[in-house]
Amino acid sequence: MKSYLPLNWGLPAASRIAPGKVWPVARPGARVRTFQIYRYDPEAGAGPRLDTYYVDRDDCGPMVLDALIKIKNEIDPTLTFRRSCREGVCGSCAMSIDGRNWLACTQAIDDISGAIRIFPLNHLSVIKDLVVDLNHLFAQHRLIEPWLESRTPEPKRERLQSPIDRAKLEGYYECILCFCCSGGCPSYWWNSERYLGPAVLLQAYRWLIDSRDEATGERLDKLEDPFRLYRCHTIMNCTKTCPKGLQPAKAIALTKNMLVERQH
Amino acid sequence: MIENGGNPKARPRAPDLQIYRPTMTMTMSIAHRMTGAALYMGTLLFVWWLMAISGGSSSYALQQRFMNSIPGRAILLFFTWSILHHALGGVRHLIWDLGLAHDDPWREYLARATIFGSVAGTILLWVAASLIKEI
Repeated sequence: MKSYLPLNWGLPAASRIAPGKVWPVARPGARVRTFQIYRYDPEAGAGPRLDTYYVDRDDCGPMVLDALIKIKNEIDPTLTFRRSCREGVCGSCAMSIDGRNWLACTQAIDDISGAIRIFPLNHLSVIKDLVVDLNHLFAQHRLIEPWLESRTPEPKRERLQSPIDRAKLEGYYECILCFCCSGGCPSYWWNSERYLGPAVLLQAYRWLIDSRDEATGERLDKLEDPFRLYRCHTIMNCTKTCPKGLQPAKAIALTKNMLVERQH
Repeated sequence: MIENGGNPKARPRAPDLQIYRPTMTMTMSIAHRMTGAALYMGTLLFVWWLMAISGGSSSYALQQRFMNSIPGRAILLFFTWSILHHALGGVRHLIWDLGLAHDDPWREYLARATIFGSVAGTILLWVAASLIKEI
């Protein structure tokens, strides 16, 4: 089962996806993989479309990003996407691949059967092709003040942290802000104006539990809101679609626990 | 900066549920919502039942005739399942809210337990009810 709904179900007119161009096979007889990729050109005056490309599997690297780069280099130079490190560290190439969000550079082509459908991160505003507008997400990230807040006088040396306290950050500090999770969260799709979403809330929790941070109370005050935090309905898409194996849903649950605990 | 170029209002929105591969936890979340809404409807049935009791024998007989009809039975069956599914969904949320069972495969087991538990519970309740009736 690929999805619950037909491709254009309920989409506004400007977002409807038309059938696109089918690009020819470069070398007939080759072992090809089919890629159906979302295309949108803001200068074309037309809506989005779904183009079909055939990539020679025997002449392509193992990852989806390798195929995208091959398409851009050899078939269609107008294909636009973000990428940088190609090893799952920078978070640039996050996109919807085969019905879940993942980094194109760590998604093996051979792990997907059939045609590989690629879309921009869900529900976000599309600038061009697979490039989405992340301004709102970054603004929300700014809201939670993702840096160390201190009230006590500056120490002479660095602020020390015991190995036990450092270990508490495991599983929460590794987030690369690729926004696969926020893109995959139905609550975020429908309430992104006011709900902070899993990526930002995971970051918020990372600072809440940092033993060196001295603004825990203020941070909790900022999160205690029916929308900012409590729009999470534990759908778990975030945790399952995190390419770094982190658990934003758990971070949100534990943040709610901190709010309950401080009442007593 | 490319983010500020173009006209943001005219931009398309990327598809979401139209392309997202269904997951068990997401499906159970949708079912939790649906059963929650169904409970409102089922409660109306309960209100009718209570009103029929207070209304005397003829109004009670009418209510019973509906409840014993096939649509009445179907609604009651769906209502039984909705209550159990919604209640088990609540337990699942309680466990997750405590920060437990977020790991794979436990989160999947928990989602599956909701559906298996509610279906099994419904069958059990109806069998038990029919046995009691026979006595």
